[in-house]
Amino acid sequence: MYNEENCRFLKTHEWAYKEGDTAVVGISNHAQEEISDIVFVDLPKVGRTVKVGENCCVIESVKSASEIYAPVSGEIVAVNDALTGDPALVNREPHAGGWLFKIKMTNPAEFDALLDLAAYQATIQK
Amino acid sequence: MHTTCNLKTTALCEACRKAGGKMVDFHGWLLPVQFDGILAEHKAVRESAGMFDVSHMGQIFVEGLNAWPFLQQISCNNIKNGPAEGTYFHILTDEGTIIDDAIAFCLSPEKFLVVVNAACVDEDFAWLKKHASAFHVTVRNESAAWSMLAVQGPKAVQTLDQILPGVKDLPRFHISPLTMFGADGYVTRTGYTGEDGVEIMLPNAQITDLWNVLLQLGIKPCGLGARDVLRLEAGYLLNGEDANQTRTPYEANCGWVVKLSKENFIGKAALETKKQAGFENRLVGFVLKSPGVPRAGCKIFANGQEAGYVTSGTFSPLFKGIAVGYLNSKVPVGAEVEIEIHGRRLPAEVVKPPFYKNRV
Repeated sequence: MYNEENCRFLKTHEWAYKEGDTAVVGISNHAQEEISDIVFVDLPKVGRTVKVGENCCVIESVKSASEIYAPVSGEIVAVNDALTGDPALVNREPHAGGWLFKIKMTNPAEFDALLDLAAYQATIQK
Repeated sequence: MHTTCNLKTTALCEACRKAGGKMVDFHGWLLPVQFDGILAEHKAVRESAGMFDVSHMGQIFVEGLNAWPFLQQISCNNIKNGPAEGTYFHILTDEGTIIDDAIAFCLSPEKFLVVVNAACVDEDFAWLKKHASAFHVTVRNESAAWSMLAVQGPKAVQTLDQILPGVKDLPRFHISPLTMFGADGYVTRTGYTGEDGVEIMLPNAQITDLWNVLLQLGIKPCGLGARDVLRLEAGYLLNGEDANQTRTPYEANCGWVVKLSKENFIGKAALETKKQAGFENRLVGFVLKSPGVPRAGCKIFANGQEAGYVTSGTFSPLFKGIAVGYLNSKVPVGAEVEIEIHGRRLPAEVVKPPFYKNRV
């Protein structure tokens, strides 16, 4: 489960937490507020291999498209199919039901290098 | 975040902030992009009533014995000169391309009010002044003195009738003088949403009083985000995006605005020649047939060949992914094309705008 203490962040507003050797990925509450009114999530294909920092998903709101970057390298092993019928779930539950995808990590050290909550919050208060 | 220090503000800026408006830079103006959310605001206007601060738009007054013949020369459309009548028209270059789209209202046989787009005020004013001397008319740019509030939606007029008795009898595309809060202004039965509604012009000092009264009457504050979805659904051009000085009205799906039967107007000769030659592209609509949101700049492919580009696109709550753009004239309405979005080509149907047709 999402837990602010265990969660790590990218300064581009993605969060990730570990479930064994996979990372569950979503966007922060701050990000969903900025994006607002999410109408479509273009999820990556299960089985795709991504590198850390790779653009692998697009969140469309009425007014803009936002690229989502992989916080870690690995293989996409699951995507949140609930978002196909209800993309606004990301707005309502950015930290829970609105998760985006899961990556089976090939280099767990990448996870440890991500921002912790305090460091992330410092970036959005600038 | 945008820096907001060098932006022009409207008299409603503080009222918008107070109502929760998220303020952004729009062509040099600090204006609300949204309040509650674009979808909620869109719904309010389609089902009930919403209001938009459109004070950035321009008001140019044309006065003199030859005011009407002058506007006939400036406009490709026939300007109506009956009492209180308004006419949508295009201001064209000598080459017949679009400088701006505007509405001229007849205040008297010798006085017209021309409402123009914010980004074009200076250019329009200079263009009108340049041609005014031959007609001995006075052209005054009063844009800075006036504020304007658009009140739109199926319940807009009946709600306004409580504070502006008789407004429900104002015919579509007509203007009426009004007095509110001790100041003189105008109300027009016009809008940019595809719904019934009015636009009210008042001096800057009185507009916040009107905003507050309308808030109390339950009219929902709406931002530029919802306004863009509403106007695109209704098939209205956004000048600068869907039309500009490289396009004629014929290409911009506005052939109906051109009256070649008129004796003369600026751009007429060029339009006759260009119409004869035909146009390589023209503005059409697109409805995306799989999930996604087309945006300005997306390329369009027909039978695998690049055949055009999107000038405005959005997510419509009514029609999903919609867009307008310029497409090769050989590709007919009804054809299936592909729009390239984030590197993927998604199927779309070519349609003739508007997407949304209703009461107005």
